[in-house]
Amino acid sequence: MKQHWWKILAVLLLYYTIFAGMMLEVPHLPILHETIRNLYFHVTMWFSMIVLFIISVVSGIKYLTKFNLRNDLVAAESAKVGMLFGINGIITGMLWAKFTWGAYWVNDTKLNGAAATMLVYAAYFLLRNSVEDEHKRAKLSSVYSIFAFAMMIVFIMVLPRLTDSLHPGNGGNPGFGNYDLDNQMRIVFYPAVIGWSLLGVWIMNIRMRIKLLEENFFNNEEKNYSIPAAPAVFSK
Amino acid sequence: MKKKIIAFLLLLLFSASNLSAQAGDVEMADTMRSNGKIFVVVGVIAIVFTGIVIYLVSIDRKVSKLEKKIKS
Repeated sequence: MKQHWWKILAVLLLYYTIFAGMMLEVPHLPILHETIRNLYFHVTMWFSMIVLFIISVVSGIKYLTKFNLRNDLVAAESAKVGMLFGINGIITGMLWAKFTWGAYWVNDTKLNGAAATMLVYAAYFLLRNSVEDEHKRAKLSSVYSIFAFAMMIVFIMVLPRLTDSLHPGNGGNPGFGNYDLDNQMRIVFYPAVIGWSLLGVWIMNIRMRIKLLEENFFNNEEKNYSIPAAPAVFSK
Repeated sequence: MKKKIIAFLLLLLFSASNLSAQAGDVEMADTMRSNGKIFVVVGVIAIVFTGIVIYLVSIDRKVSKLEKKIKS
């Protein structure tokens, strides 16, 4: 039970997010009305995505220093779960946009940046799947993931700040204080970010362990059953 | 000095009350909450989330069982 404390924490924080997020008082804002509560569910998706991508790029760099394939596995799986959160973020954002801005998609730097980030990471998986050799794949994708992470920062943090954007928190130099985030919302928002991120890490952890099991299984199989000798044509 | 501070506080108070008066015009789902029906929605979401968590826990357990099997 001891090593599971963070999973329990994630679940508790998310229960808190659901109950407090739906029922506590929120600021009365025009246009947004009750949809401001999406802050606990839509914005947190992106925060969790960024957390998972940070894990991904850090393990990628770790692989490049130690050449341990386990680090590469963590990098790949956290990028996958980060992608899941990013897609969730885009879809929830589209619904929210429909009812506040009037359209599912507007030609906005932040939105297009988010979509471009998804594409950059989609290319990461393409690259991974196109290389057969384990170490070569790990090296290439680790190097690419550094580039992908930098592009993500540019697409969703830098570019939207350089222009005007419908999306809150952009244009000029917004800090956190510039969000429509009063203290009432902070006490739900920050636990929500931690809760969703931990949930993402949990899913990543399970995926990674399944991959390890798979590898273990196939390695044992090779040991148990001798591979039939290749025909003479293929051997030198 | 004291007078200045008091004046400043009063100014703050008035500006705050002004803001809340403006905010009062914004339509919120207050009636829904007073009827108490929002609890039903929160309950449904909580049940859905509980299901997802139970599912995750069961996968986690299955994986740890397999891990133990492979180790032994």
